[in-house]
Amino acid sequence: MLYFSKLRILFITLFSVLFILIASSNLFKFDDVFFDKKINLGLDLQGGSYLLLEIDNEPVIEQKLQNLTTTIRNYFKEKNIKINNIKIDNQNIFFNVTNNDKQSVLDVFLDENSDLNPYYPRFKSHQLEIEDTGLNLKVNFSRQGLIKLKTSSQDQAIEIVRRRVDEVGTNEPNILKRGNNRILVELPGLDDPMRIKSLLGKTANLTFRFVTNDENDRFGVEKLKFENGLEEATVSKRIIISGENLLDAQPKMDTQANQTIVSFTLDRVGAKRFGKATSTGIGKQLAIVLDGKIISAPVVRDTIASGSGQISGGFTFQTATDLALLLRSGALPAPLEIIEERTVGPDLGQDSINAGMIALAIGFMLVIIFMFAKYKIFGLITNVTLIVNLFILLGVLTLFEATLTLPGIAGIILTVGMAVDANVLIFERIKEELKDETNNILAFDGGYTKSRTAILDANITTLLAAIILFFMGSGPVKGFAVTLGVGIFTTLFSVYFIARLFTSIYVSRNKDKERLI
Amino acid sequence: MIAFNKYYNHFNLLSSVLIVVSLLLLIFKGLNFGIDFKGGTLIELRASDSKINVSSLRDRFNQMDLGDVSVKKFGNDTDFLVKFENKDNTKNIIEEIKTNLDKSFGNNYDIRRVENVGPKVSAELLKSGVIAISLSLALMLIYIWIRFEWQFSLGAILALFHDVIVTLGVFSLFGLEINLSIIAAVLTIVGYSMNDTVVIFDRVRENLRKYSDIKIFELTNISINETLSRTIITSATTLLALLAIYFFGGEILKGFSLAMILGVVFGTYSSIYIANTVLVRLRVSQKTVLREDEKK
Repeated sequence: MLYFSKLRILFITLFSVLFILIASSNLFKFDDVFFDKKINLGLDLQGGSYLLLEIDNEPVIEQKLQNLTTTIRNYFKEKNIKINNIKIDNQNIFFNVTNNDKQSVLDVFLDENSDLNPYYPRFKSHQLEIEDTGLNLKVNFSRQGLIKLKTSSQDQAIEIVRRRVDEVGTNEPNILKRGNNRILVELPGLDDPMRIKSLLGKTANLTFRFVTNDENDRFGVEKLKFENGLEEATVSKRIIISGENLLDAQPKMDTQANQTIVSFTLDRVGAKRFGKATSTGIGKQLAIVLDGKIISAPVVRDTIASGSGQISGGFTFQTATDLALLLRSGALPAPLEIIEERTVGPDLGQDSINAGMIALAIGFMLVIIFMFAKYKIFGLITNVTLIVNLFILLGVLTLFEATLTLPGIAGIILTVGMAVDANVLIFERIKEELKDETNNILAFDGGYTKSRTAILDANITTLLAAIILFFMGSGPVKGFAVTLGVGIFTTLFSVYFIARLFTSIYVSRNKDKERLI
Repeated sequence: MIAFNKYYNHFNLLSSVLIVVSLLLLIFKGLNFGIDFKGGTLIELRASDSKINVSSLRDRFNQMDLGDVSVKKFGNDTDFLVKFENKDNTKNIIEEIKTNLDKSFGNNYDIRRVENVGPKVSAELLKSGVIAISLSLALMLIYIWIRFEWQFSLGAILALFHDVIVTLGVFSLFGLEINLSIIAAVLTIVGYSMNDTVVIFDRVRENLRKYSDIKIFELTNISINETLSRTIITSATTLLALLAIYFFGGEILKGFSLAMILGVVFGTYSSIYIANTVLVRLRVSQKTVLREDEKK
């Protein structure tokens, strides 16, 4: 058991050196793709923001149902089937049918190849569910219908979020889906998290609509507040142009009026509509509405056929820049709410790194001194193993470009403390064996063999805890699970290969010594 | 040889008392949940002006109508931790606070950390924390049930419950904050305590096979003594590492390392005085092990 072949020694040495090299690539620059890897620092160490956004799908559902009532009404009108009193209540569409038509209406909804109620051929479930409640029928989204709706609004939202974050220009943002209605945004090293937060918090739904006094406007009217929250105006629901018609938007300085404005250019459709509206509406007030609030409502003086225009509204240069950015990147399909935020400033991150490193150095020293005092030469072996173990652990983390967090550093320190356990189990066992075994080599053999189950058990239990933490924990805590888990494997490697190599060399050279350990 | 078994009864009584007291504390005093599990906002700030202190900060924050505000020193004299419920979760609360603080303190402070956890997320985090701990206990139960006879499993699991409950009891008693990293600590404690118990059990079982004439009362004591130096050395090195984190690892890791330190102490104690006494009380004998061996 104590014998190590030359090949094996070579393998162990190469393996250790390789990982030490990989680990040291964190300190030096290597001109090599393989070696030039670095451990990623978590947001808690390098500073940055972690934002969890939740999409509020209620308005989307309302809107879709609104559209559906029109579709349903038109569909049955074409088929000469009478439905009436169609209305939406509490996310359900209700309508009345006559006794004669009822079955054909139900058939339309339940037909597997229905063109009014799709999805069945693909998902084995319709988009809509219909409930038979007498002559009044109830229609709402099926589970599949809701899932589809949510994932599609998530897809749209993540695209817009990505555009907005990119426009601000942070380095290497991480934008990920979470579930079917959440988006995770990780922004390392951000100077001004407030700005991103306020940018992501806005839907940026822009519309141009006329101010009207005609209560009987055939599109309906609504009272909207101005941005300042004081004044109010009655605005038609008829949308002249919306944010979708914008090709570009830029902040500009209007030298004549000496104010900052946002100038915009429209696409072809938008330019046409804008031209027509401004030619018929000279003298009227055109309200520029953003997310249900009026930014400004200038009076139309001239026909604007050029397809470009400007928005003024008492902006500072910063607010104009942000508005232009929002308009360029497009409107979110639904409002987003920041439901979790964790921001760490770069100073604190650096302080945490320093504290973690000092704790690691001190913890390491204490353990090394303790082991040397207790076991002398075998303590020395353990300590060398421990150092190599630390490098291999760092090497593995570097190789996989794992993310190191503050709890992750704690996990490394804890690994140092617990890594000696296996060696201690072995050494103590050897001591016991030596009580009734005079042959040193046999005693060492026995020590290694008989302690194996205990060592395996001990490491498996810790590994189980680390695995659960990895899957259940979030962010920084996950980093702890990673270092703790990886630490178990590197510890077992260094104990069974490196430490055993050293002990075998030492024991075979001192096989006749009286008190070996 | 140390006669650990002389005190089995005494320490069983002590442990029962500890568990009952801990449970009572957990039921009646409860745990001091941090914003991870309760929701709310946390701000860590550093002052560069001696005018900024706990009371002046508290005055400022109380004027802002943020609900229940707590202001505490955080490590240094210049660092402060402010927590509040932030019930209506207005989007630009931090901006408002900044403007407000600027008015009274100018530029003499620096916001170093902001954490804001909404009610939905905190409820989910609490749920996943509870699931994680239960799951780890269940996995340990399954593992030990595969590896050992049921009497051993029962002893190990009782020891685990003891460690988790008493550690949480201490946190309740002193009103220490429970946050995500404490859950990580508890899970690691579960792993460590199990580890410690298994090493002794391994020896008990080995000795049961070896000696047919020694009663379990004596046999556990022999096994504890045989593994004692390992128990002491491993807990000592682990504690050394943890103490280094506690004293030098910064404020953020204090709660975590404290929970771990408590867990290691209780874990070491329970391996000796709970896990083993269960074997004694269940009158485990050589037959128990041999019967199981035959099945395999």
